[in-house]
Parts: sequence; C-alpha cells; structure tokens
Amino acid sequence: MQFQQQPAQQADSLDLMVNMGPQHPSTHGVFRLVIWIDGERIVRAEPHIGYLHRGSEKLCEGEQYGQIITLFDRLDYVSNLNCELAFCLTVEKLMGLEVPDRASCIRVVLCELNRIASHMLFYGVFGLDAGAMTPILYGFRERERVQSLFERVTGARMMHNYIRVGGVKEDLPSDFAERLGELTALLRAGIDECDELLTNNELFLSRTKGVGAIGGSEGVDYGLSGPSLRAAGVAEDVRVSEPYSIYDRFDYGIPVGTYGDCFDRYYVRMEEMRQSLRIVDQAMEQMEPGPVSAKVRRIARPPKGEAYLRTESPRGDFGVYLVSDGSDKPYRVKVRAPSFANLQALQRLLRGAYVADAVVILGSIDIVLGEVDR
Amino acid sequence: MALSSLLPEVYSDLDIEIGAALDEVVVTVRPSDVSAACRIAKDDPRLAFDYLRCLSVVDYVDRLEVVYHLFSLGRLHRLVIKAAAPPDSPRVPSVVSVWKGADWFEREAHDLFGVVFEGHPNPAPLLLYEGFEGHPGLKSFPFHEYDEW
Repeated sequence: MQFQQQPAQQADSLDLMVNMGPQHPSTHGVFRLVIWIDGERIVRAEPHIGYLHRGSEKLCEGEQYGQIITLFDRLDYVSNLNCELAFCLTVEKLMGLEVPDRASCIRVVLCELNRIASHMLFYGVFGLDAGAMTPILYGFRERERVQSLFERVTGARMMHNYIRVGGVKEDLPSDFAERLGELTALLRAGIDECDELLTNNELFLSRTKGVGAIGGSEGVDYGLSGPSLRAAGVAEDVRVSEPYSIYDRFDYGIPVGTYGDCFDRYYVRMEEMRQSLRIVDQAMEQMEPGPVSAKVRRIARPPKGEAYLRTESPRGDFGVYLVSDGSDKPYRVKVRAPSFANLQALQRLLRGAYVADAVVILGSIDIVLGEVDR
Repeated sequence: MALSSLLPEVYSDLDIEIGAALDEVVVTVRPSDVSAACRIAKDDPRLAFDYLRCLSVVDYVDRLEVVYHLFSLGRLHRLVIKAAAPPDSPRVPSVVSVWKGADWFEREAHDLFGVVFEGHPNPAPLLLYEGFEGHPGLKSFPFHEYDEW
C-alpha cells in the first residue's frame, strides 16, 4: 500500500488517502481502490476500474456469431459456461430457434456445476480476505473436481467454447452419468465440510456479521443483483422471475438473507450451491437421449432486429443486448455484467466502515474483473 | 392492464412512440425527455420500474440510440426506453438521480460513445484512462489506424 497526504484543497479535515492496488492481491484482479480515512474509519472510497478493458463488446462487432462464444468465455472467467449460455440464448431468441431438449438439459447441468465451482472459488478467497488460510485449500479442491469433469466433457478446464448457437458442441461422454454421480456425492459432502469449517467460526462471524450492510430497496436502487441482492432480503432470481432455457421445469429454492451484510452474502452462496445440486439432479433425471444441436447453418445469420436476454450468472443478472443487421456479424453487442453493477455499490458499502473491513466487504460482493472491465 | 395500453395514458405529457422488439415493449422519447420519462417510469405506481437493468448506446451512424432496459421487481414487468441523440452533439439528461445504479453505466457510455449525460455528478473516465482521445465504441473510430503498441 502507498500512503500519501491528500492535497490541501481537497481535504475536508486531516483525511488520509490510502491507495490500494491495482496490483494488490486482495483486489481479485487488477482493480484500484482509493480510500480516504479519518482514523480507522473510511470517509470516502473511489474505485478505479478499466485495467482489464479489452474492448470485448467492440471486438464482437468484428467476429461471426460462432466465434464470439470464445470472447464470452473470457468475460466472467470463473463461470465461463454461464456466459456462453447467455450469448447463445440471445442469438437463439433473435433467430427464433428451438433447442433440442437434451441440449438444454446438458446446458443446465453444466451451468449449475459452474455456479458451484464459482461459489467454491468465492468461498476460498473470501476466507482468505477474512484472514483464514484453510478455506482456500478446501474451496479449490471442490472446484478442481468440477473443472476435471468439465475437462472430460468439453476438452478444457476453462474457456470451454462448448455451448453453441442451437445446442452444444457434442454429446456428453459415455461415462458422464457415472462420473457426475461420483462428483455430486463428493460435492455434497464437500459443501457440508466447507460450511462446518467456516460458517460457525467465531472469528469469521465477528469479521463478517453486521459489516458492510445494505438494505433491500437501496440495493435495488444501486442495481445490485444475484447473491448480493438476495442477501439483502430481495427474493429476485432471474431463473424464477423470468425463466430462460428450461429453468421453469425444476423445483428449487432461492436462499434469501436478512441483513444484507457480508455474512449474509456469504451464506446465501453456500445455500445456493446446495440448490444448484438439486437442479443438477433433476436435469439429469429429465435428460433423454436425442440430438444435442438444432439444425442450424454453419454460419448463423440472425434476422435484422434486436434482442435482450437476462440470465442468472453466479454473480447476478447477466444480460446481453444484441442488435443484428442481418449479416453474419452482430451490429452491436452490449453486456450487462452483474459485477459491474455490483461494484458500484462498493462506494456506499465502504462509507463509514473500518479500514480493516474494506477487503472483507470487497471480497463479499465477489467481483470478476474480466466482466467488470470487459 | 397490459403495459402497452397503459403507456399512452401515463406518458400523456410527453411526445412518445410505442413499439415492440420481440417480447419487449419499447417507448421512444425525445432525448431531452429521457429523465422525465424515467422518473415517471419509476414513480408511477402502475409502472413501478425500480430496477435499471442495463443502459446501452448503439451507434447507428445517423443517430446514437441510448437504450434503457427497465424492470419492476414488484410487478415483474419490463420496459425499454429509447432516445435517439444526434451523433454530432449527443446530449441526454442523466438519470443518476432516478436510479443510483445508472452512475457507472453513464460514465461507460460517455467513455465509449461520447454521449454527454447532463447533470451527472462525476463524469470522469471509467473504463478508459485519463487523456484517452476519441470514443472507441463508435463505428467511426479508426481502429485499424490505431497503433499505440
């Protein structure tokens, strides 16, 4: 950390400016946070983003629809499949394409597993942010199990390029059901173990309970979504409020918090992993043999027009706004990234908090800079 | 009551055009009316659009279209508000006073497309660095001539 005295004309009192990042390990990527402190209290916080801005939206305008899927992989790089799904569903919506049932089931199974992997990563690094070293070992162990299955199915641990316009790349490997059975049993036990390890730890509780709280209506005003909003008591989940793909066919609960503090944001995610496993089981039961891709031309050409589609990524409301001019490349792609909107609320969450809690609060909203900066 | 039949009554004071895009209801307003239209969308209890989902800008070369995707958590309905700004001096009133979440979306739109959001509390660059020249989201941005590296 660098410390420097603020220029006199900006200072209200003797506030000290503290600069965190962009290379600080607790910022989850290249993210810079400038805070002004008065003693131990944060008076004002100013996040600086854009260090990872690759112009993904602009790059999309120069690629064919099938090629863009790889760009979406690199937005939220810890839940790649959810991003791929959002893009493919938007193109399908614009084309009016019907996806075979088996393909939809495969998509749901993989996306929910990806949600678990993403939340497991959150679990690990949030433990670190709160000062606990062990969770990251447990969290990564569980995540790695999911990634291994992804590798078996898609050929890559990350950046899968597996979900395609009209379906998925290829059918599941023949031993998938067996491997998934082993994985879900391990995950069920793993989630419980992780839960026991951290959730009732007294030190962890005192670091997170009542820290960085935000109310439901204020969260909505700031555009929070996903676990961060549900922790504040708002039962909003795109899978339920505007079901996409085949999410209306499953029976699962939406975990909702009460206080909107760091602990609730953490615990909502722990519960969500259990709900995701329920969806995985149901989707596997509903999966019938059949084609895994609709009959589509190799190069997709959606009709002239526009479509906006929302999905529930592990981080929240992931929307894609697609404008087509009828050619093989989109005219405009806009990504509504949940982390981008969630991170805005950081200024509000940090105001009045202790300096020592800044890292915990930042960790609790679980940002991925890849989709913040795009 | 269906949203599209409610809109003419709610927006009787503004010059609007109601259309549709797939499953969305689209209201096109004059650029200067954007914040008034958004304020009504949020405050009218029949609409109650309390959630700004997305703010995008599309460069159609002859116009810059600012698009607001709204959602109501209470009523579970959605609306798209559009305003076409002239490309030479795109100016739209800021809606940060309506939804705080519009803040960064507007700063991003200014960075990438040069749309000026009048009344924005902190119009500093967000995604681009201080001193970056031009607006790389625009179709006219000279990408292939850009060789900083």
